Amino acid sequence: MAITQDRKLPPPEPNPETQPFWDAAARGQLLLKRCAACGERHYYPRALCPFCFSDKTEWEPASGAGKIYSFSVMRRVPVPYAIAYVTLAEGVTMLTNVVDCDLGRIRIGQDVRLVFKPTDGGPRVPMFTPV
Amino acid sequence: MSIRDKAYIAGIFEHPTRKADDKSLAQLHAEVAKGALEDAGLAKQDVDGYFCAGDAPGLGPLSMVDYLGLKVRHMDSTDTGGSSYILHVGHAAEAIAAGKCRVALITLAGRPRAMGQATGTQPRNLGMATPDAAFEFPYGPTTANMYAMVAMRHMHEFGTTSEQLAWIKVAASHHAQHNPHAMLREVVTVEEVVNSPMISDPLHRLDCCVISDGGGAIIVAHPDVAKSLKRPRVKVRGAGEAPKHQMGGRIDLTYSGAAWSGPAAFAEAGVTPTDIKYASIYDSFTITVLMQLEDLGFCEKGKGGRFVSDGNLISGVGTLPFNTDGGGLCNNHPSNRGGLTKVLEAVRQLRGEAHPKVQVRNCDLAIAHGTGGQLGSRHGSATVILERE
Repeated sequence: MAITQDRKLPPPEPNPETQPFWDAAARGQLLLKRCAACGERHYYPRALCPFCFSDKTEWEPASGAGKIYSFSVMRRVPVPYAIAYVTLAEGVTMLTNVVDCDLGRIRIGQDVRLVFKPTDGGPRVPMFTPV
Repeated sequence: MSIRDKAYIAGIFEHPTRKADDKSLAQLHAEVAKGALEDAGLAKQDVDGYFCAGDAPGLGPLSMVDYLGLKVRHMDSTDTGGSSYILHVGHAAEAIAAGKCRVALITLAGRPRAMGQATGTQPRNLGMATPDAAFEFPYGPTTANMYAMVAMRHMHEFGTTSEQLAWIKVAASHHAQHNPHAMLREVVTVEEVVNSPMISDPLHRLDCCVISDGGGAIIVAHPDVAKSLKRPRVKVRGAGEAPKHQMGGRIDLTYSGAAWSGPAAFAEAGVTPTDIKYASIYDSFTITVLMQLEDLGFCEKGKGGRFVSDGNLISGVGTLPFNTDGGGLCNNHPSNRGGLTKVLEAVRQLRGEAHPKVQVRNCDLAIAHGTGGQLGSRHGSATVILERE
């Protein structure tokens, strides 16, 4: 199994609500949203808290450490890749890819760390690689 | 207000085509509508409510109402993907109970096969204004891998095996051999399923449903209308619907929206899973069936693998005959939306019109359940419980 998964990534389109997330990604930082009213973190980031609907949500950097909650290697495509849900140390779970590894050795519960990958003409996106 | 006993399924039709190179999408909608009206013994002029979803061309129901030449006083185009049409049965019953219409027509049609669509392995983008798109689309979410991650987690949590999942396909194939319209009529074995090519771990090709053209239609009618017709009467006893999503990042792939829509439908119907004689369960993938059976209460959470093994879903063999037309796994998955055909086979079973080799004896109570969208991210669950009168 190949180690690299260099497929062309479709670019995300930032909007006024999410621009700070993508600006931080360009600096190599993963931002989460935390609600100042109820204290809960959420993902993907929203202006209004999806738990209490307060508009007092604040950006907060994530440590970049996480564990694989589930994954699947898509095989019936020209460049196989691993989609995954990674649960961050901060408690939220995000959809992502696990990259730069032997796709056949990915396991649920595996510790992963944050990396950023370029997209096709858009901002970089957060992905994870086994520790 | 409850919809219990307020509406009947008066007519059904399944388009026999599985590859519609020679027909337009709108034409397929019209042909299934005509078929269901003829089955009911009703005329187009009797229809005063129309229901469709995202497969219908045009703006909501407008283009289809125009094309079909309908004059209606009630419309609903709620789209929850493949489960839409099961949800529409509940909505039609609500509209009839509220006096908004008396004869509701639900149609579905599609030609993904004629169009050469890479249905399960191509990421689907609903537009970048969709709030989740920027945070998901770059990662290549497809139908196959968003269901596969659910299977992977189920195996991790509960020890479910590929062989257990394969039994679901095996059961569907045992039924499909008797359906002359089914795309895949050959009986397969557990070994053949687990040895078929891997699509997205841990789902093999034979864990996936077929891609087919075609469609179907349902007529839901007021009790007075149903009682004036000559067909066996199938009553809507209860319905439930529920969306499940990512809950702000508190993702839990161990259950589906069926855990909410199922109990709601059972409560309205006043019955329990043990009363059900036949189950139509959405089978986009084998894992879809396993999750829904657990969440609907046919077995304990985590025990689905054991429940579906050894032919327990095969009519005449097991305790819960399912998808006796061959389901999406073998028969038909028109427009990549399998909810409508689930209602059709449940009605055939209740009427006693299923193939004699798969007809469930004394079939007086059936369930049809669907999952639309992606089991692993956001989906719409819909359940109906139907009774032969």
